[in-house]
Amino acid sequence: MTEAAAPERLLDLRFPAQADQLCEVRDAVRACIVGSGAGDGCVTDVVMAVDEACQNVIRHAYGGLPGGEIQLHVDRRGDELIFSLRDFAPKVDPAQVKPRDLDDLRPGGLGTHLIRSVMDRAEFVNTDAEPGNLFRMVKRIE
Amino acid sequence: MRHSVRDVSIGIVVCLQGDVDLEQSPRARQILLESVGRKQDVWVDLSDVNYIDSSGVASLIEAFQAARRNGTKFALVSVGSAAMRVLELARLDELFTIHDRLPEGLDAGGE
Repeated sequence: MTEAAAPERLLDLRFPAQADQLCEVRDAVRACIVGSGAGDGCVTDVVMAVDEACQNVIRHAYGGLPGGEIQLHVDRRGDELIFSLRDFAPKVDPAQVKPRDLDDLRPGGLGTHLIRSVMDRAEFVNTDAEPGNLFRMVKRIE
Repeated sequence: MRHSVRDVSIGIVVCLQGDVDLEQSPRARQILLESVGRKQDVWVDLSDVNYIDSSGVASLIEAFQAARRNGTKFALVSVGSAAMRVLELARLDELFTIHDRLPEGLDAGGE
């Protein structure tokens, strides 16, 4: 039996939960996973998914109010990239965060669908003992 | 995000450039809705859009719906691979009218 490989931290970023931060966040995520073995398409997809997850925090967890922060960790364990997004906002009900029906043509609500389309796993981690929310996404390197 | 709007014989060409993300999409939405509001056909050139997210796509949907109410054309042109990927994931590539390029004579900045 072999032990699971210890995760390698590729990125540790803490930033204000604001729209004007997201361009730099995308650049940082892209830079840390280029060279990880992920193909160009995979890099593009996960950068988009992390951006969409940050947007959900900004718009829904913090409700667009200023002053919030997001902590983003990117780890690699074996052939998996693990993205952990923590906020310090009031608890979110995961049941309320679901992709909308694509046949329901209206602006908005696409972010969660995009995240789930490109990631192998995407879920809230139970953090009852701690403040805020932890959203974790996993992508197997193709 | 940079943009240009120009009047052509077949309507209005809106050219968006750069990243259409959460920070920039309110401006993209305003530009698109103003153009559609003139009740002419609108061609949205996305050839220089490097990145578009769900909020940018929402702006396109809103403008598309406004054009449909007006009975005018709303078409996307020269959609790059990153933007097309998002449209395909959202299954919007089947909804929008998408052209590989602007109609003959309208490329490269004018008639």
